[in-house]
Parts: sequence; C-alpha cells; structure tokens
Amino acid sequence: MMAKLTIPEEELMSPGHMGCLGCGATQAMRYVLKAAGRRTILSIPACCWAVMPGVWPNTCLQVPELYTPFETTGASISGIRAALDALGQEDINVIGFAGDGGTADIGIQALSGTADRQDNVLYIMYDNEAYMNTGIQRSGSTPIGTWTTTTPVGSTQEWEKSPKKNMTAIMAAHGIPYIATATTGYPEDIIKKVTKALSIKGTKFMQIFSPCPTGWKMDPALTVSITKEALSSRAFNLFEIENGAYKVTMKPKKTPLKGYLMKQGRFRHMPDDLIAEVEADLDSAYENLLHLEECTRKKA
Amino acid sequence: MPGTIDEIPITPINTTNSTAVKTGGWRAFRPICDTDKCIKCWSCWKFCPDVSIAIGEDGPIYDYDHCKGCGICANVCPVKCIEMIPENK
Repeated sequence: MMAKLTIPEEELMSPGHMGCLGCGATQAMRYVLKAAGRRTILSIPACCWAVMPGVWPNTCLQVPELYTPFETTGASISGIRAALDALGQEDINVIGFAGDGGTADIGIQALSGTADRQDNVLYIMYDNEAYMNTGIQRSGSTPIGTWTTTTPVGSTQEWEKSPKKNMTAIMAAHGIPYIATATTGYPEDIIKKVTKALSIKGTKFMQIFSPCPTGWKMDPALTVSITKEALSSRAFNLFEIENGAYKVTMKPKKTPLKGYLMKQGRFRHMPDDLIAEVEADLDSAYENLLHLEECTRKKA
Repeated sequence: MPGTIDEIPITPINTTNSTAVKTGGWRAFRPICDTDKCIKCWSCWKFCPDVSIAIGEDGPIYDYDHCKGCGICANVCPVKCIEMIPENK
C-alpha cells in the first residue's frame, strides 16, 4: 500500500540531531532538503543550525555542508557557486541557510554583495526572531514588545522597542529575481517556493518563519499551530516577489493579535495599549502588502 | 571518537550519521497512537521535527530511540488518536 503524502518521502535529515523539543528550524531544514534534493551544497554560519547537525564526527545532514563564520554566508555561497561553475557542475544547488541574526544583522553585508553580483544561489533566512543559539538575545528581526535576555522585562520595562526589520523589502531593493516568505506550518508551501526558487537563475532570497519554543517560552507541541495564528493575526505574512511583482500567497481571516501573543511567554507582559498599537501597525503593513500586490500586478 | 587531541584532524569533517545519538533519553512524555482511530493522513509524519515517525501499514511507527516527546504529532492529529503518556508511568 502506498501512503498518500503531500510532501516528498525522501529524508535528507536524520534523527538524532541536537535541536530542542519542537524546533521549527529543524522542520524548515527538513522541508528545504526535501525540495532541493541530494544534489545540494549547504553553507551554514554560526546559528542554531551550526550545532544541530551534532557533535563531531556526527552529522544529521545527508548533503555536504560547510560551516562558515557568522558574517560570511553570502560570500561563501558565492565562492561555492564560482567553484562549481569552474568545474562545470552547474546543476548543483547552492543554498545558504542562516538564522535571522546572521542575516538581518551580522551577515547583511555579505548577502548584499551576493545579490549585487547576481550569483546563482538561494539564501534562506530561518527566522526565529532572536539569537536563540547563544541564549535568546535580541536581533534586528525581534518584534516590538519582545522579552529577550538583552531586552529584559522587570520594573524598568526594557522590552524590545524597535520593530522587526523588513528583510524582504531590503532584498527587494536589490532587484533580485525571486523573494519569498514561508512558514514551517505549511510544508507544501515551503517545498513549492524552494522548488520555484531553484528553477530561477540569479540570487534568490527566502525568509522562513520558524517558531522556537525555547526562546518564545511556549509549549513545544504548539510549534505548528502557532504559525497558523501568526499568519491570521498578521504577525507574519506569506508572499512572493517575482521580478518586482508582489503576490500575497495566503490571505487568512483576521484573528486578534492578543490570542497569538498570550500563548508565548516572551509577550505575556505586554500592556493592552501596546498590543493595540502593534496590532494597528501590523494591520497597516498587511494592507500595504495588498496595495503592493495591486500596484505591481501588471508587471508580472 | 578520538582518544587524544592529536587524533583530531586539522579540518574536522563530519562523517558519522547522527542516528548514533540516541536523543530518546530527552523524552518526558511518550506518544502512543491508537491505530484503530488513525485515518492515515500522515500529518504526524509530516510535522515531526525529529524524523522519528515512519509510515506503517496501520498508522505511525515511532522511533523511540530518537523521539524527544515534543507532542507536535498529538497536537496536529485531526482525530486526536495520539496520546502523550508520562514516561514514569
């Protein structure tokens, strides 16, 4: 009997990795490898995925993987691509797989260089909204109001004050051919977008929203359901930008932001007036996205 | 594993599959599937972050050597046929 499956059955990630219980980033890697297949080379900087393959000599990945310093993911994938092209092996996928800190803060210069050179690579940012591997420090991708160890909440209320950095807009400004966002709650969507990205020549960028139960202070069993609530509360949006044309790939019915926030310990201190403020900002960001889709439709 | 520091190569290359690492010891709750109720939608298999569910004839087959007991499978199951049972029972 053949089981009816919606995603490829081949596993290129083995069990026994060092990810925490209910880790969203491991799900992201599993789906990306299912889409990319065996003929793939990964480059991973310092991030959760730098430790998750395991302690030497173990690895949970069935594809070659290069560890790089924190800021060099973009440069290393450019180099791997150049070497493969020189060897005439142009059919091998080169994927950079970095966290949000290694993309939005530390690695942005090397990533910008890669996009500028229009190297034929895919850069994936798995977004867990803080530096989780080193112990939950804030990153550029941390949203307003978040508790982290460097934005502590106590009598001083020093929670995160600046909004989440808009990485897709930064990459869109580079004029690269394909940009997409995805989330681990929708594996079919990740696989569709990665497959599409790898079929396009040039620099591609993907942001995968990956819950982190440890850093978000929530029940690991909620990893999948929290992504659905993140989408419906507009905390994260799914869209593609193909040659400048926006396409919102999922338009869920709106649910209150408070429901999403209160499931996570990192937001539980937020006062109601701050939640209302953040909700208004997120709603207008979503409206902007719909407008951009409308305005850029003819270009597609 | 190397015995002394001199046995570690200058460029360490990972060669062993991580299945050698038994992460099942991390588990506090054990997932048990009632295969009579299972509708074989394979949501549990699809969302398992530890690749610890195999597709069986009657339902999911758990790899208890590696399952960390996160409970995602029980949470995503549409017919709620997976139960998380404390390991000490």
